[in-house]
Amino acid sequence: MKTNMVLTAEEQDMLNGVYGKTLRKAMELLVGLGTIYNAKRLIPISSAQVAGVSYDNLGEAGLEFLESLAAEGITARVPATLNPAGMDLENWQKLGINADFASKQYRVLNAYEKLGIQLTCSCVPYLIGNRPGFGEHIAWSESSAVCFANSVLAARTNREGGPSALAAALTGRTAEYGMHLDVGRAPTVRVIIEGKLPLSDLQTAFYGVLAKQIGERCNEKGKKEIPLIEGIDQISLEELKAFSASIATYGGQAIFHIQGITPEADNYPVPLEETLVSTVEVKREIDKLRNAAKTAIDFYTLGCPHLSEREIERIAQLVKGRKVNGEFWLTTARSIKSIADRKGWTEIIEQSGIKFSCDTCCVVAPIGGRFHAMATDSAKARYYSTSKHQLPTSLVPLEDLIDIACQPKGSEQ
Amino acid sequence: MILTGRVIYPGKAQGIALVSHQALSFFGGVDPENGIVLESGHELEGQLIANKILVFPSGKGSTVGSYTLYRLKQNGLAPAAILNAECEPIIATGCIISEIPCIDRIEIAKIPNNAYLFVNGENGVVEIAQVSPQTS
Repeated sequence: MKTNMVLTAEEQDMLNGVYGKTLRKAMELLVGLGTIYNAKRLIPISSAQVAGVSYDNLGEAGLEFLESLAAEGITARVPATLNPAGMDLENWQKLGINADFASKQYRVLNAYEKLGIQLTCSCVPYLIGNRPGFGEHIAWSESSAVCFANSVLAARTNREGGPSALAAALTGRTAEYGMHLDVGRAPTVRVIIEGKLPLSDLQTAFYGVLAKQIGERCNEKGKKEIPLIEGIDQISLEELKAFSASIATYGGQAIFHIQGITPEADNYPVPLEETLVSTVEVKREIDKLRNAAKTAIDFYTLGCPHLSEREIERIAQLVKGRKVNGEFWLTTARSIKSIADRKGWTEIIEQSGIKFSCDTCCVVAPIGGRFHAMATDSAKARYYSTSKHQLPTSLVPLEDLIDIACQPKGSEQ
Repeated sequence: MILTGRVIYPGKAQGIALVSHQALSFFGGVDPENGIVLESGHELEGQLIANKILVFPSGKGSTVGSYTLYRLKQNGLAPAAILNAECEPIIATGCIISEIPCIDRIEIAKIPNNAYLFVNGENGVVEIAQVSPQTS
């Protein structure tokens, strides 16, 4: 492989196949990316987050790719966590997953386990122990987590594809370009928010749609802008989680800055170019998306990205003593659910008919064809349910969504 | 007309340009089993990308998109080549593991939809044919 990158003796040996085929392949991918993007060298990383887990997304081709990598017994050199799978690993039968899918899904997970990846099966590694610090170099996939890590934690990662994050985990290295360098992280446009924001709480639908509009605005000129957002003085963890997921989905951003909120917002010159985003427009789009499904909803889901403890607590408060009228999934990490179990929230929630679906989510589970219409509070989930699953989907704020789900079933159903 | 860009993955290809001026997510946005663009409201919704020279500004969305490209390739439904304004790592990774020729930093505004293109991923040169060649 031709490259101008300067490699250490060990990196060169990996590339030459001294440590076997798996590390050679991994190094070829990392050096390939580094060469394209003019990296001078590889740098050590402190963690990886690996996407590409659901068999629904990998298919037979992806499964065989992973099994061939796992065959040599090479394991991750740095702590590496895993994205959601296509099903709840313990409770898949009750959630309507067929046995053939489950056996393929287990083969995927076995391959990752052999590769030394922790089977966390969550898109919020930063809530369950893989939380990098300021300035740490990491190699993450999962577009929402990449955006959260760069923007909110000020760690440094490119938008790694699933295979390159895995290659980084196995070698403990990534190529130094893009988000790893100051120049790649600097804002290029000021986004000024006009109008009144809702009081910060769990306004996940609002911040998802705000991020959608900013993400789309930041792509209008044929190149991807990095926004410096002005006009938000308070925003919760959950709202930042929703914002990160949505701006990455609709805009492909790896990073955003919010003045007064995110740690690097003041580290760079203020861009000359500016654009306005109006909260009136955001509310108008939410009103439009609220009934977008146009047909009776039979599937409700919350937890894209995975629910936090606080969100589960709120849901328990809202559904206490009520019954839901359709299939309703809460998706979260198993370790977060175990806290809900101890607090008694799980019992309250399950009495309402809502089901926990851990280890997975509505984006990656094989739900296509199972339902007529979906409701969610997540702008990101709505993108993938309407495209990948071809499922008409309404975007409804959390509390309203629970109210709709708890209405008695209409005669049309 | 000749355009020159940066080689992301080498290889030669030729075919009909399918051009979009909107960012594209392969995961969720393209069906890996039939090669058709799924994203509702996208310029390319309903279009088949298989064996086309797929031209769009940049990637967006899920990091699983690299695997979607790999599946498309294994299913014989991958684009013959990809041309971007700025290729992000998710698409680059997909092209490397799937061996799909890819060039970026191309002035994609100069490529008309349905033009016949010769893509040389060895030196980053894209030639826009004046007239579609007859099938030989």
